[in-house]
Amino acid sequence: MNRKFFKTLSTLEYLKLNRFEKFVYNLVMFFARIPKMILGLFIKIWNFIKACGLFVANEVKDFFMTFIKGTWVTRVSYLVMGFGNIWRLQVIKGLFFLAFEVIFFVYMKTTGFYWLGKYKTLGDVGMHREYNEIYDSYIDVPGDDSFKVLLYGTLTIVFILAFLYTWRQNIKQNRIMDEIVRSGKKVKSMKQEAKDLVDDQFHKTLLALPVAGITLFTVLPIIFMILVAFTNYDGSHDGYANLFTWVGWDNFNELLHSAGTNNNLSYTFGEILSWTLIWAFFATFTNYFLGMIVAIMINKAGIKFKKLWRGILVLTIAIPQFVSLLYISKLFSKSGIVNGMLINWGLIQQPIEFWNNPTSARILVILINVWIGIPYLMLIATGILMNIPQDLYESAKIDGANVWQQYTRITLPYMLFVTGPYLLTSFINNINNFNVIFLLTGETVANPKLNTSGGSATDVDLLITWLFKITTGATNNYKLASVIGIMIFIVVAGLSLIAYNLMPSTKNEEDFS
Amino acid sequence: MGGLSASRRASNTLIYIILTLMCIIWIIPFVCILFESFRVETTMQVGYVIPKQFGFDNYINLFKETDFPIWYRNTFIMGLFVSVIQTMFVLMMSYTLSRLRFKGRKGLMNFMLVMGMFPGFLSMIILYRVLSRMGMTGEHSVIGLILVYTASSGMGYYVSKGFFDTIPRSLDEAARVDGATRAQVFGRIIMPLSKPIVIYTVLCAFMGPWGDFMFAKYIAHGSSKGMNVAVGIQYLIDKDNMRAAHYTQFCAAGVLVAIPITILFMCLQKYYVEGVTGGSVKG
Repeated sequence: MNRKFFKTLSTLEYLKLNRFEKFVYNLVMFFARIPKMILGLFIKIWNFIKACGLFVANEVKDFFMTFIKGTWVTRVSYLVMGFGNIWRLQVIKGLFFLAFEVIFFVYMKTTGFYWLGKYKTLGDVGMHREYNEIYDSYIDVPGDDSFKVLLYGTLTIVFILAFLYTWRQNIKQNRIMDEIVRSGKKVKSMKQEAKDLVDDQFHKTLLALPVAGITLFTVLPIIFMILVAFTNYDGSHDGYANLFTWVGWDNFNELLHSAGTNNNLSYTFGEILSWTLIWAFFATFTNYFLGMIVAIMINKAGIKFKKLWRGILVLTIAIPQFVSLLYISKLFSKSGIVNGMLINWGLIQQPIEFWNNPTSARILVILINVWIGIPYLMLIATGILMNIPQDLYESAKIDGANVWQQYTRITLPYMLFVTGPYLLTSFINNINNFNVIFLLTGETVANPKLNTSGGSATDVDLLITWLFKITTGATNNYKLASVIGIMIFIVVAGLSLIAYNLMPSTKNEEDFS
Repeated sequence: MGGLSASRRASNTLIYIILTLMCIIWIIPFVCILFESFRVETTMQVGYVIPKQFGFDNYINLFKETDFPIWYRNTFIMGLFVSVIQTMFVLMMSYTLSRLRFKGRKGLMNFMLVMGMFPGFLSMIILYRVLSRMGMTGEHSVIGLILVYTASSGMGYYVSKGFFDTIPRSLDEAARVDGATRAQVFGRIIMPLSKPIVIYTVLCAFMGPWGDFMFAKYIAHGSSKGMNVAVGIQYLIDKDNMRAAHYTQFCAAGVLVAIPITILFMCLQKYYVEGVTGGSVKG
């Protein structure tokens, strides 16, 4: 490796490098920056902690100062939420505050504390036998339900945090109203407040429903599943007949370090993870380059029937993917058309099991993914190619550049620059490309080497399809599923972080001006 | 044509040959599935494409013997609801993030970005247990699935935010000077300009339930009455299923699903292309 990559270059020196050298330079610089980045991370964390401390200190100070300086109305509001609002004629808002407080305390008294009490162990007594006088025999009596304890316990904690936040808001509003009254102005009336919701506070109106939906159906479930990763919740500990409980980092340890013949979890995980990454790499870049080439061919001056070629390819986007995927999967099955034709033509004697040979199955899924993906990329690339200023090509031609040079010096850099973020997204989508793998390889038999306590996997399984099989299979291994889900998150987040650092920064933008 | 050089003509001919071959490869599976759906002589897989005997038996049996009409109805209902609710959510979210400035905007966007990095299926495990206690899974999975598809749809705001970003802000400001509230700016000025992105969002939302497999399979949990077409059709040829021998019915079902979606898509193709291209450039 050339020496010049190991020192920081000036902008002028950097611009002299060719494309490959620039990439290597960026890569080297990226790894050289890692110690600095880690240090920076610690500084950021420290600053964050400091900011948090400062924030809390300010809040506490404000909390007491408001009480000391505030009017008696404000002081009553510390106990009776919304009192200040009602007193100052914002009746509806005040009543909401008050209702929230009442609901919170009633809930905590009746059920909240019950769930919190069991939260530490996730239930003490499971299903057990008890003597029943009516039947005069021992019968099964349900005990605690760990699932419910975990669910309601978590919800209770969220509820408490929400209450604290609301209480704080209530105090803050009183302080602001105090200040307004003191300065001789009038507090906003209910009518004005309502009007604000379609004007200055319009974002609250618009965001209310979508954010509520995201909280209920994404954020809370993910918090719950992260917690599950630290329990032993699975088919044999369903939380009802057999309670489950906290196990700390055991599940992570098992996934990363377990070895042995009957529990080769970490081996399986490694195999599947590496195939997932290989698959995502090939699926993304084969589609990208082939789709771009098709777009260039169709767009080439002098090619006729542009609309026809494009139309036929777009037609295949329109047909639902699962139909074509399932059908193609059957085309290549043992008794499918491909084998049938090969036998009829006398090329083979026995049908080939395309889906049960690791190599052929892996090549086939990548090839079929190309078939699926090219039309999309063709569309995207067409749109971008039309945006490339034509005079760039004109001047390149005058300078004597051939087609290949035009492609590598103008088209490709422009495409890569513009579609950088898209490449990252599509790489991540391919890591989680459930449909292509699952629908194509329904016939594939599990590899005995990849048989684990959590369920078995095939050679073409991605992490996401493995996750699906673990959850729906016989073992219902929820704890393992959560751990794998978190692992997918770590992979995706890590890749995004690296990609953002390597992507052409703003200085490369000048290349095209 | 006389002005073209020989090498250019050769390269064009090569391109024509490649494109023609490609089109054939891309079309063949659909031609095959169409032919096989009309095959009468056997319902199993065979090693040839063109049937020896044509007929509508597979289509008739599909309606008589399987739950295909129910799957179709389920999916259609889901498509309608999802397209309405998801479009609303996405527009509200993307408009707010694009045009309005408020405290916590950046934080909200970063938070959603991080949340989006978790596999969506992870949350299904708990959602299934909760929804099933409320009776929204299995046979009645349509309601549950509509909730699952739409509730978090605000997170998919990227494409339409990119569109709103391109509308000049001076339009808003002019209207604000004339005394319009922000809600009026949204309803009277921005929405009429946003027809392409609205149609793109509706189209994508409507097609979502037709193609979703993972969530639908998990929520339906093996109950045939609660499946959507994707899960149902896969169930027809599943290797553990008795019906797997009725391979031609699967082909017929595929054709029946593909036709309306294809027609709809081809009509609105222009908007789809705009959305896809715009979305990829802005990331």
